[in-house]
Amino acid sequence: MSLKTLPLLVLNLGGEMLYVLDQRLQVPNIPEDKAQKGVWSEDDRKRVMSDIISALFNKPFMEELLKPQDIYSHKAMRTLLTRIAHSSIMRLNPASMEKLYDLMVMALKYQVLLCPRPRDLLLVTFNHIDTIRHFVSHNPRLANQIDESQRQFIEMYKHLTDGEFQLIRQTLLIFFQDVHVRVSLFLREKLQSPNGRFVLSTSGPVPQGSDVPGLIRSFNCNGKEQKRREFPSGGTYTSHMREGSFDMAGDRVIRLGTNMYSESAENTQTTGTPRRFNQNSQQLSHSTLTERRFTETKVYHPNPLAKEELNLLARLMGGMEVQDPHSGNSGFRVNLFATDQEEEEAESETDGVFAVINIQATQDHHANSELARIAGEFTDQEETSDAPSSKGDHLLSLMDEL
Amino acid sequence: MYHKEKSIQIKSSASALYNNLSVLRIAPRSLTYFAVVHANVVNMVSASWDSLNYSHRQLQSKEGTVATSSSLIMQAAWCVLPSRDLLVLTSQRGIQMYESDGSIMVYWHALESPETPTAQAVFARGIAAVRENYICVGTSTGSVLVFDVPSKGSNITLSEVLEEHKESITDMASECSGSLDCIADLVSADDSGLLCVWKSGEDFQLLNKIPGFDMCCSSVKLWKGTVVAGYGTGQIRLYEAITGILHAEVNAHARWIYSLDIAPFTGLLLSAAEDSLVRVWHLTMTPETNNVEIEHMYNECVTDTQICGAKFCDGDGYAFAVTGYDLTEIIRYTQG
Repeated sequence: MSLKTLPLLVLNLGGEMLYVLDQRLQVPNIPEDKAQKGVWSEDDRKRVMSDIISALFNKPFMEELLKPQDIYSHKAMRTLLTRIAHSSIMRLNPASMEKLYDLMVMALKYQVLLCPRPRDLLLVTFNHIDTIRHFVSHNPRLANQIDESQRQFIEMYKHLTDGEFQLIRQTLLIFFQDVHVRVSLFLREKLQSPNGRFVLSTSGPVPQGSDVPGLIRSFNCNGKEQKRREFPSGGTYTSHMREGSFDMAGDRVIRLGTNMYSESAENTQTTGTPRRFNQNSQQLSHSTLTERRFTETKVYHPNPLAKEELNLLARLMGGMEVQDPHSGNSGFRVNLFATDQEEEEAESETDGVFAVINIQATQDHHANSELARIAGEFTDQEETSDAPSSKGDHLLSLMDEL
Repeated sequence: MYHKEKSIQIKSSASALYNNLSVLRIAPRSLTYFAVVHANVVNMVSASWDSLNYSHRQLQSKEGTVATSSSLIMQAAWCVLPSRDLLVLTSQRGIQMYESDGSIMVYWHALESPETPTAQAVFARGIAAVRENYICVGTSTGSVLVFDVPSKGSNITLSEVLEEHKESITDMASECSGSLDCIADLVSADDSGLLCVWKSGEDFQLLNKIPGFDMCCSSVKLWKGTVVAGYGTGQIRLYEAITGILHAEVNAHARWIYSLDIAPFTGLLLSAAEDSLVRVWHLTMTPETNNVEIEHMYNECVTDTQICGAKFCDGDGYAFAVTGYDLTEIIRYTQG
């Protein structure tokens, strides 16, 4: 499908990640481990956000991202975003990262689905960029980096037709297909129904360029309007709003892609399956994690360890530096669960239950014994004892540590 | 006018693709086939008319004879020719043609893809059976491939490539009224909304070009010489194919139209869009004045669903079926 989808996917998911982290970093973190107690200071928060934003908008990374290519699998996207998050001193353990990823994906799925016109995906992206720029308003160097990337974005997308944008949107929708994680914020706001589906309204303003449904006009052979008739539209639509700005700055008009967590005072958590679903509950049901994994195996995704994808990931992530959490300050951990205990429980449950990746060693033309060995290590999550001998191995061993 | 029937469950959900439902009615066996695309797979269901028997089959996208998960399928549609019915799948790699029950692949055509990835996506989309022996398929470059299909066997050949469109083909339709009087046999539509009207033959002839004003036309039908086109703006337009005269313009939907279908015996028109609505219209022709009228008949809202496919299940429009993004069912409606 469209080869111009990845930048929009990465930037918007990255934006959603920053929104959640920004909110979580403001929550007092009081772990049982005394070595890590305390609240994040303003400086710590700014530092974490700046480091992550710097990694996301890193120049060589952006250049690689903007090249024509297919989008990645969920596994690869999760790996990429974890790497970006860990370019700061903040640490997320696998269970929290899993939950963070669910939140990011569901938020973006909502935005892509409800986008009035496919072209408005750009406005959603600009909403993310605008807010990200606000997070680092104290850092002119970073603000410039963001501006530069936005200019490249505008250059790449401004001439695309509506049909091409719809192809991009359809490519994104295949990526999001069958993901129905329930998010308590969405459920509370009545954006999502209890079965996990998003609520699609049949009222409100029509998109730019469209007319309110309900009118039939007939013309004669000379093009003159002969008759007008109305029909019931089955909804309550109003005329379109004014068009948002597609420039570097300006009123984007549409709200999709803005920070919904900044308005919500409560924690944002995913909730459980219908059986254990409680409208007032903010507890995470552990079965959500396994349910989601199970769903993912049925979802289309390219073989995540196909050589091509590894190469692409290596190029994308090769320039990124991972901060050593053990140097200087002890690693700052962010927990997306209500308590540390919950996070541990979730993690222990997931330890043995990994996504089943069917590596078709016989049919995969790219498979060779070396790759099969690496693949084996990856799925078993064993420690790699061999010292990395090449950039590719180093990258893979880094991925194993995640 | 219509009421909901029991839905048919499919093995995986429908992807958000234009015209993502194909229906083949097999009267001699009291069966109806349905085909819905999910990423790189086509879900086929065969449903008996007494609603008691359902059988499922999944077809994978292929590259030649090898199944490949990296090629997404853009569209699956049955092509009904006088001598045979074929199921055609269009993907990022090429075009696969199967016997109508999906049991045997009879033909494979590879799309030319550039050595290094360019910014342009490569895929085939838009399928139509034309007259006695042609199957036409569109591509992302705007080319229309014309395949010559023998009455049996796999000796299908690429007969011609029509280069008139500059943007990706979105949909194609052949004259479906069954009338032999109609001069226009085929209409092709693209991302810019351009409509090309063709006459089939050893060399296809371009009869008319109707400009689109950069409004993407995602679905198109041709009935009794009238082009019915659905657009990304939610509009439906009726054009006289040969002359390009605009007969009617309907502000039909609040979002992108994904599917149109016509019941040829009654002139019923079905439109479905991302706005969750399926609408039924009636087309009437006045041959004396060469006029076409469109009248609204019925609305059906499929709650919280962006519809991606809608087709009548029979030539009278007595029943229709609908698919939606992320839905693992085919929803059916019947008159009464």
